[in-house]
Amino acid sequence: MENDRELIDDLLPLPPATFHILLALLDEERHGYAIIQDVEARTQGELRLSAGTLYRSIARMVEQGLIAEVTRRRPAADDPRRRYYRVTPFGTAVARAEMRRLSELVRLARACGLKPETV
Amino acid sequence: MRLYRALLHLYPSSFWAEYREDLCYAFAERTRGLSGPLGFLAILWAALTDVIPNAIAAHWEIFLRDLGYATRSLRRTPGFALTAVLVVALGVGANTAVFSIADLVFVRPLPFADPDRLVKLWQGSPDFTINEVSPANYRDWRAMTSSFTGMGAYTLRNANLVGLGEPRRLETVPATPEFLPLMGVAPLIGRVFTAKDVATGQFVVLSHALWQSYFGGDPGVIGTSIRLDGVPHTVIGVMPASFQFPSRSVEAWTPLVFREDDYVDRTDTYLRVVARLRPGVSAERARQELAIVSQRLERQYPDENKDIRVTLLRLREELSERARLLVLALCGASLCILLLACANLASLFLARGAHRARELAVRAALGAGPERLVRQLVTESVGVAFVGGVVGVAVAAAAVPLLARLVPSSLPIGEHASLDLRVLALAAVFVLLTGFAFGLAPAVRAGRSSALDALRSGARTAGGRTQRLRAALVIVEIAASVVLLVTSGLLIRAVWRIQSTDPGFVADNVLTLQTALPLPKYEATARRAQFYERVLEDVRAIPGVRSAAYVTGLPMAMTGGIWPVSLPGEEVVRDSAHNVSLRYVTPQFFATLGIPLRRGRDIAATDTGGQPFVAVVSESFAKRHWPNEDPIGKRFNLAMSERTVVGVVGDVRVRGLERPSEPQAYLPYQQVDDGSIIGYIPKILVVRTAAGAGTLLPRIREIVKSADPEQPISDVRAMSDIVTEETASRVTQLRLLGALTLIALLIAGLGIHGLLTFTVSKRSQELGVRRALGAQGSAIVSLVLREGLALALIGIVIGIAVAYAAARGMSALLLGVRPEDPLTIAVAVALCLATAVVGCLRPALRAARVDPLTALRAE
Repeated sequence: MENDRELIDDLLPLPPATFHILLALLDEERHGYAIIQDVEARTQGELRLSAGTLYRSIARMVEQGLIAEVTRRRPAADDPRRRYYRVTPFGTAVARAEMRRLSELVRLARACGLKPETV
Repeated sequence: MRLYRALLHLYPSSFWAEYREDLCYAFAERTRGLSGPLGFLAILWAALTDVIPNAIAAHWEIFLRDLGYATRSLRRTPGFALTAVLVVALGVGANTAVFSIADLVFVRPLPFADPDRLVKLWQGSPDFTINEVSPANYRDWRAMTSSFTGMGAYTLRNANLVGLGEPRRLETVPATPEFLPLMGVAPLIGRVFTAKDVATGQFVVLSHALWQSYFGGDPGVIGTSIRLDGVPHTVIGVMPASFQFPSRSVEAWTPLVFREDDYVDRTDTYLRVVARLRPGVSAERARQELAIVSQRLERQYPDENKDIRVTLLRLREELSERARLLVLALCGASLCILLLACANLASLFLARGAHRARELAVRAALGAGPERLVRQLVTESVGVAFVGGVVGVAVAAAAVPLLARLVPSSLPIGEHASLDLRVLALAAVFVLLTGFAFGLAPAVRAGRSSALDALRSGARTAGGRTQRLRAALVIVEIAASVVLLVTSGLLIRAVWRIQSTDPGFVADNVLTLQTALPLPKYEATARRAQFYERVLEDVRAIPGVRSAAYVTGLPMAMTGGIWPVSLPGEEVVRDSAHNVSLRYVTPQFFATLGIPLRRGRDIAATDTGGQPFVAVVSESFAKRHWPNEDPIGKRFNLAMSERTVVGVVGDVRVRGLERPSEPQAYLPYQQVDDGSIIGYIPKILVVRTAAGAGTLLPRIREIVKSADPEQPISDVRAMSDIVTEETASRVTQLRLLGALTLIALLIAGLGIHGLLTFTVSKRSQELGVRRALGAQGSAIVSLVLREGLALALIGIVIGIAVAYAAARGMSALLLGVRPEDPLTIAVAVALCLATAVVGCLRPALRAARVDPLTALRAE
């Protein structure tokens, strides 16, 4: 557990793309393009990941053990080029840690009297 | 889409292999619906902005990760890291330093406008291809040729500058008005003189150095008047610091004016000629034209211009063969070092690669593709090479000023060698070469070798090919060391030979200085004699002074002053069989310089203009003209008068220790007509002191000042310094070659040691089995030694062959030492063998200590 804590801390803060990809995969397994669509929808078009950015992130996240490719059989009608990814338990832990880090930041900002609407 | 697919190759290949289909799919989905010319542009834009930044980022991430791995793995093996860095530093440092010198000597453009079109013209005769030119021939060459846009002439003259402060001796260049504009360098301030100036008065253009040192860099110097040899000259310009032509010691340029009678004597040669080739005219064509011109002049003046040709040289070709070879030899030596460094680095990385075969195999089994493994190993070797390169460049930067002595002084270049961007770029190329080429081979091997094989066979996979490659590397190292040892050994022998040459005089405890008497003040011979006698009398009276004399010029410092001799009734012939080196001297000259008087008497104060003209000649002079006869009382014509030999002295190496010299003739300082042969007026005071006599200079200054308050003193030097300087560039070069050779031996020793240590550790099982079967420790030692020495012997044979070829190429530097000099080769071979034995010994002893049980259990 101690070990995990250290590994998680090493990865924080997460690059925004990484965090969004983790969020996109939290509720269900998705293939690459579906991740792009999900992130775009979730951010109301703010963040449009390019294919290169996405797969560079995916490659790194697979290596870091945050996500894994799903090897189970796919629906027959699916495009064979699609590869599905899921979040690993370690990935979930990292996403949580990042969320904690961000909310702590927000709490600190609030404590200083900062309000989002007074830009 | 096809474009996008092609662009994907920019990604690291492992990434490409893994994700190319996914990328294409996602990209196609994202750009779906775009069509038409605008849509095409949008797709193109999306493809470029997607792939290029991401590919760069992907490479960069991998690089950082590999760098991390490399740092960690090198930190685990500091001995290896340090050796590798040191080897690269030595190779890169030596090469960077040497090539910065070579760059200055051979490559960097000379600081003149369009320097490739500038040529020098000399009179060539069958004996000497480079002689100065007479005004008459110069005038005719100018008039009769069309290959040049311009031609100018200059000569060298020393002049006394009197004005501000102490009187000072200047090296001036009287030049025709065409000369400075021809060089195409604008003055820093003011202007240069023109043909019009020459008619109206005396002008002078200052060098940057003189302007700074004597006039404090004051721009107001323009228009002021200075006195050169008593004649007022108006300063009209200052040249930039980079303009130092014809040599680095020039301090001022003055107009050179010819009077009609200067053109009378075609054999009065003292001009040097520069010309600029017309655009489109090659040097070869100009040479052809000049050949025709010189033949016409020979027909016109069959006596004076007999066999006179024109030698045309580009400015850079003027470098002596010797100077060129010196620098080339250094380049060769430093390339040998680089070769050694590369071979060593390669074998170091090969050995390391094999040691890590298991580690790499595990990584491969865990999914790292061969490309990733190769990348990581290359990152390591390039990283090591980079650190070594930085250290090497630092070493080179420190060494370059020490090497500046090797730049021939005849090169008209102001700036000193420095590490500029181009040399640094070259250093970077060396680094990449060593890092890539020699990290890549082992890395590719490691990447290719099948993971399973490596795992299965443990760490024993030193395949036959690797072994052969490593043996070849050792052979290369030994061969390169032999080449370096033999060539530098031959050069050392040559320098020994020079240094043991008897110069013909005794240089110790002799002080020399110059008091050049200006004209027309001292045109009268009697007036000069008065000056000499007064100075010499007082100097000889200084306690500690043994003797003192005046002479035209010192051996080795003044190598010219050549004049033809004819016997009574003979025609004057100007060739090497008749030329002598002519000097005017005062009494005691021979005693002061320690030149032995073989027969007859010294020049005497009573040999005045009213007495019969006499001469003292050298032994070779007497032998040449009167073999097997007593030369005393014999007569000959020299310097426009008939002379009688009254004394014979020993020969002197006037032209330096490395070159043959003309026979010498010494004439009394008083037996010359007023204003005649002014170039030979005695101006050097030589003083022999008792050993340990303190500095006499202040006292001599006072004496000269009281004889003539306006007379400057210059060029104060010990005679022994002049002799040392004669061999200085040789000695510097030798030290450098010696250092390079030592480095080479060190690297080769390290290489052999590394290789054998590695081989022994690979073979510990085999050796263990041998021990178990009863082999003695001594048998194992001799087995390992034999293998190492066999490689060394092959390297030595190859090395000797290459060294012989190299030595023949530089035989001009060897002064008669034969390229196959057995002593040098024997010493070189012995040193190499010793290095090899030392390199083999530790691994051999370790092999003998292999414990059979441990070795077998490791299986």
